[in-house]
Amino acid sequence: MNDLLKLESKATRRGFLKTTGAATLVLASSPALAETAETVPQQSEHVRLTINGRPYALNIDPRTTLLDTLREHLGFTGSKKGCDQGQCGACTIIVNGQRINSCLALAVMHDGDEITTIEGLADEGVLHPMQAAFVRHDGFQCGYCTPGQICSAVALLSEHRAGWSSYATADVATVPVLTDAEIAERMSGNICRCSAYPNIVAAIREVAKEGSQ
Amino acid sequence: MNPFSYERASDIASACASAARPAAKFIAGGTNLVDLMKLQIEAPGQLVDITRLPLDRIEETAEGGLRIGALVSNSAAAADMRVRRRYPLLAQAILAGASTQLRNKATTGGNLLQRTRCPYFYDTTKPCNKRAPGSGCAALEGLNRMNAVLGVSDNCIAAHPSDMAVAMTALDTVVETVAPDRSARVIPIDELYRPPGNTPHIETVLESGELIVSVLLPPPPAGRQVYRKVRDRASFAFALVSVAAVRDVDGERVRAARVAFGGLSYKPWRSAEAEDALVGAPATRALTAAGYTELSQLAGVPVAELTKLHGMGPKALRVIQAAMEEQGSSLGEQTAL
Repeated sequence: MNDLLKLESKATRRGFLKTTGAATLVLASSPALAETAETVPQQSEHVRLTINGRPYALNIDPRTTLLDTLREHLGFTGSKKGCDQGQCGACTIIVNGQRINSCLALAVMHDGDEITTIEGLADEGVLHPMQAAFVRHDGFQCGYCTPGQICSAVALLSEHRAGWSSYATADVATVPVLTDAEIAERMSGNICRCSAYPNIVAAIREVAKEGSQ
Repeated sequence: MNPFSYERASDIASACASAARPAAKFIAGGTNLVDLMKLQIEAPGQLVDITRLPLDRIEETAEGGLRIGALVSNSAAAADMRVRRRYPLLAQAILAGASTQLRNKATTGGNLLQRTRCPYFYDTTKPCNKRAPGSGCAALEGLNRMNAVLGVSDNCIAAHPSDMAVAMTALDTVVETVAPDRSARVIPIDELYRPPGNTPHIETVLESGELIVSVLLPPPPAGRQVYRKVRDRASFAFALVSVAAVRDVDGERVRAARVAFGGLSYKPWRSAEAEDALVGAPATRALTAAGYTELSQLAGVPVAELTKLHGMGPKALRVIQAAMEEQGSSLGEQTAL
């Protein structure tokens, strides 16, 4: 871990926005305020979630997705809303150890679940190896899909450790080596509009190799 | 999304009773239903969450098959070593569908009941008999290269989008359900889906409140299993066409074959014609009775002599000629017709 990565991990984009002016903050939180002011939930459900190791409890309209719960109600804005239809993967989070599209999950159905978002991957200011590898390999351009890409990649490695095969696996009853073709197939649920795919694959390949040594 | 009331089912009987109410719907993985609810294509007044029901196991059956619970995720089914070793076709088909994120949420039962991805079903500004009965079908004269070509009607040419169901159809899978009156029934997967006819909005034979609790895979068929999918990008796209095939070969003779196609119809399309053509059973019997058990024995044998055999039709003749050409040999001279 070099000093640059340590430094970067302490200054978050969100922290920067929050401390650079009230106008930014008001703008960022207005959708949530509008929602609570204008719509009266037909039914309010009590939901308990453990997010990045900390417990949260809230009452929410059952229509609320996990993504909107995280972003609009709890301030975890790392997970991004891209297509909101389960097609782009920008909203990927890890729920009970498995990656899912949080835009297609109703929060009320996840009462009691353990959630890891991009905000929960770093360990006391030290980037997760996958985050560090994305930085080293320049695995992004605009960065909008990156939180989803990284959460997806972290889950990909645990799926591979658990022995999962993929459609790229010639013999589905075997556990294949994580070739570039395997990584590409397993990451196909995360779209990158900037097309940083070669560098994303390189970052994942490197962390996979480190893990297998 | 329209407002709905939410109920978390604690047992199968109460889940079925709740879902039998007007405008109520089961929800499990939600990867299709939540998407459709956001677009207001589906607008249930009540959601019955069945994800806490004990239907998430894969069990051996006494007959040597597997029973897969309706709530087993697509990922869990594809990762199960019993499925991967004995039904590689099924594991491949599941892994050919969607993305890992979606397969982690999507369930076995929900996969069977997912709605079509016909673009006009999704476009609420266009007529669609499936979404708005009686409004017409925009796909008939529209962008329809991904739509169905078999079993369709003038009212609907929507294709069933599942990969998993195609493999299950080739494997003679049976769907097990429980109804609100607690009666159980088994439905061969080929009989689960209703042809569109004049009622394309009614897609299955399931009754109101009837819940798929499991699917039953018979013992694996002999032979090699394979799933192949043709689509517009390398991964994470629906099939233009897919095929689930099982072929049991003894030397050069196809003993048994199963062929089911995806992307061609309102249901996975099992093709008896394709299976017969592969097996060529009558022709094989005729050849064996005449003493021909190897392809090489037919080199130089006059075509006229073969066509005299009872059971040897023009189709079988073409298959034999093509197979011999591949090996660089041929039948004898064609006599005048």
